[in-house]
Amino acid sequence: MINYRSSRDLDWPLLVLALAISGLGILQIYSATAGTIWGDTWWKQMLFVVAGLAAMHVIARIDYHRLLEAAPALYLGGLALLLAVLLFGRQVFGSQRWIPLPGGFTFQISEFVKLILILLAARYLSELRGDRPTLRDLWKLGALVALPMALVMKQPDLGTSLTYAAIGGAGVFFAGLRWQHAVALALLFVLVLPVGWTLLKDYQKARLISFLNPGSDPLGSGYQVIQSKIAVGSGGMWGKGVARGSQTQLRFLPVAHTDFIFSAFAEEHGFVGVAVVLTLYFLLLMQIVQNAQSAPDRAGMYVCMGVGALLLFHLLVNVGMLVGRMIVTGVPLPLMSYGGSSVLTVFMMLGLVNNVRLQRFVN
Amino acid sequence: MNLPPEQPERPQTPKGPLRRDDVKFAAARIALFQYAIVAVFLFLISGFWDLQVRNPGFYYEQAERNRIKALPIPAPRGKILDREGRVIVDNHSSFSLMLLRENLKLEEVRPVAEGLGLPYEEVIARLKRFSGQPRYRPVTIKDELSRGDLAFIEAHRGSPEFPEMELIHAQRRLYPRSGLASHLIGYVGEVSEAELNTVEFVRKNQGDVIGKAGVERQYNDILTGVDGQRQVVVDVQGNERQVIGLKEAIPGKPLRLTIDLDLQAVAELSMEGRKGAVVALDPRNGEVLAMVSQPGFDPSKFTGGIRSHDWQELVANPDKPLLNRAIQGQLAPGSTFKPIVALAALESGVIDDAFDARCPGGATFYGRYFKCHLKGGHGVVDLHRGIVQSCDVFFYTVGNRLGIDRIAEYAELVGLGRKTGIDLPQEQAGLVPSTQWKIRTTRQKWYAGETISVAIGQGALTVTPLQLAYAIGGLAMGGVWYTPHVVADPNRRDTPRRAAFNPDNLAKVIYGMYGVVNEGGTGARARIQGVELCGKTGTSQLASNEALRALGTSEALKDNAWFVGFAPREFPEIAVVALVEGGLHGSTAAAPVVRDLVKTYFDKKASRQPYPMLAREHSPEQGQTQ
Repeated sequence: MINYRSSRDLDWPLLVLALAISGLGILQIYSATAGTIWGDTWWKQMLFVVAGLAAMHVIARIDYHRLLEAAPALYLGGLALLLAVLLFGRQVFGSQRWIPLPGGFTFQISEFVKLILILLAARYLSELRGDRPTLRDLWKLGALVALPMALVMKQPDLGTSLTYAAIGGAGVFFAGLRWQHAVALALLFVLVLPVGWTLLKDYQKARLISFLNPGSDPLGSGYQVIQSKIAVGSGGMWGKGVARGSQTQLRFLPVAHTDFIFSAFAEEHGFVGVAVVLTLYFLLLMQIVQNAQSAPDRAGMYVCMGVGALLLFHLLVNVGMLVGRMIVTGVPLPLMSYGGSSVLTVFMMLGLVNNVRLQRFVN
Repeated sequence: MNLPPEQPERPQTPKGPLRRDDVKFAAARIALFQYAIVAVFLFLISGFWDLQVRNPGFYYEQAERNRIKALPIPAPRGKILDREGRVIVDNHSSFSLMLLRENLKLEEVRPVAEGLGLPYEEVIARLKRFSGQPRYRPVTIKDELSRGDLAFIEAHRGSPEFPEMELIHAQRRLYPRSGLASHLIGYVGEVSEAELNTVEFVRKNQGDVIGKAGVERQYNDILTGVDGQRQVVVDVQGNERQVIGLKEAIPGKPLRLTIDLDLQAVAELSMEGRKGAVVALDPRNGEVLAMVSQPGFDPSKFTGGIRSHDWQELVANPDKPLLNRAIQGQLAPGSTFKPIVALAALESGVIDDAFDARCPGGATFYGRYFKCHLKGGHGVVDLHRGIVQSCDVFFYTVGNRLGIDRIAEYAELVGLGRKTGIDLPQEQAGLVPSTQWKIRTTRQKWYAGETISVAIGQGALTVTPLQLAYAIGGLAMGGVWYTPHVVADPNRRDTPRRAAFNPDNLAKVIYGMYGVVNEGGTGARARIQGVELCGKTGTSQLASNEALRALGTSEALKDNAWFVGFAPREFPEIAVVALVEGGLHGSTAAAPVVRDLVKTYFDKKASRQPYPMLAREHSPEQGQTQ
């Protein structure tokens, strides 16, 4: 059984696309951080990518059915770790997301929870009896997703907790969510919105307000978006050139090597560069969808589509934020943004996709 | 081997409770998702299209604004020097704090204002005043920063509660501590809202420092330099990364005055603690050698933006310290007017050499008794004695013969009743009354009795100290008047105003003034050994003595003491007027002031005459010894 799976059968186009995007990301991290205190991040990112490739291979070779079986245990472990982060985690930039590791690295558990949730949703949905998920099924899945969401929201990390919702939402969508249920959920969302508003942190409210009107408070929450739009817009068609973007180099663009890396890229490489990278992402997503379509079973399809939906959500929220079309939530751009946990997680997700792909030869 | 993604060999399982292996059921949803992917990418790319392709210019400009900061380099004003090149007004290095307004938030202003000890409301009001200007121009909120201020700013620069701050190095005015020549020099300050609306300052901008009074104002064009600008690339913390454009400031040109610091200092000292003015000029060319007005003020209080408290104090002070009495004080000249009346009488022929008058201590004209200042009377008085002893009755008689309009004619001929045209702002004209004047202003007829008062320099007649020095100096020159000026300009070519007087008549009047000082007259206290100083005392009343007694003597109503003099008698070099308000008698209060000044002038001239240093330099022996 194992013999049928070889490196030849990996999804090479997917891998090439992922590595191309990662490579551009590393270049941009280098350009954005040269001469700053983050000057060593580009080679760290290289290490993360290499580690990610290794993790991807490992994940790809464990039959995902075994992973699905382990999903509940992983889920409980993930919850425990999220709780631990809240209680003992290291505070960075005002939120507790990181678990310190030896060697100065930190470990963002909420990133890996995405992976667990994809597996858990896939397992849960694939075991459903009946044509379509019933309301009862939705409630159950909703509760499973809501628990880690609440814990991450508490960190506070609105962006990541929303990605969990995206995983759950995508799952029920592919499981054949009834339109009546969708409408009911939408109504519920609208009803819960005012309550949710009161639960938000002040800075999160400020972000929402400034998203609706960035000029209202240019130095506060709107500042990041304004500076990002300036960076993007001033890049023009062809960009200012590598390491020549003034917004990036003079640090008007906040966190130019993490959440706003694509603004920095857009400033230095212009619309043409943006079009190239977005095309790469587009192809990457399409490749994942293709793997879903050819998955050997429902669970495999759910896994692939969960990964695809999550990445699309990340792209939408992160890149949408850069051009002022999405609220600032602090969601990294997959593969490009600096960050070990994020890079590892994305490569592990790609490992899951490959896993499903490899399993289709097994019968 | 790459297999096609489709798996046609997998048979479609029929509907059942468990369909673990069926993927097809989700095909429609996956297809829908693919459309969603396309939609998301179109949505995102259109965002970039909007920013990068449709209006990149707008954002490019914004990026440049972020990146490039234009900081002014204030041009130092030109120094003000005395006639020998000694510095009167210098500049000193100072720091000013500017706030950058592009990202300024109101709540950031309070910590700065508090840290620098500025009233919050004043800073806000100031920022409001600048709101009409382009936002990329920073606003100065404090000049002349102290060490403590600088430390405070450095400690808080870049902290999030504080606005973007920039320290500007500027040369600020350094005035003589003593307030020396404060009225003459004037002061600088930031242009006010009202001044911006005047023609004089129409080309200035809010925040510009301008000369507001005196020479500083009159010669703004020369003293003011052209501000430079530094364009720097800054990072988000405001750290300079690179200078991309530098336009050096062009300093203002130095201005050499005709003032002699030595004479000015002597005059200042002799007026210290008194109220009044001194003007010394060179009648040969109109150069003002000294100009004092007391009480003075400290011009340096204005340079960093005067505090409203200080300003109120200056404005509310009854002694009017901001008034330049030398050119703005308009007072009755008293007996110093008598030489002019005497000349008018001789020239118009109402008296001749043989004319004399008897003074019993007073005389009645038009039914009113006019007293002479000497109770016992001067006896029989001719023109010479009339001037020397300053006999009022003699001049009542002469004035009565002349009539007001002839007095006015000669007063105007020597330069009274109109501005001398000195190069200082806001000179006053004084007033020479005439029948025409009275009809014009009061629509009433002139009463002959009023002429009697004017004949001894009282009544409606007023002059400024400068006018008096100018008039008498011109007479001493034989009827040649050069426009007074305080700035030494080698290219200055004045055509003097001339009047053709009979030299004999003029000589008689001047001889009288010689007698005042040198023949035991009223100005005997001004006598200087070896100098032919001529002069005339004056004691002008503000109210009749009777009225004074009724009120009880008050300082403000005490008589003003005048002395006008010139020297030497022939070919005069210096004409001086001293006015001591409330000084009671010209002979005691004002004459010594003029004496000291004239003495200094001639002492200085004598000590400088042989130029011993110069002579030695050119001697051959000196060359050998070295």
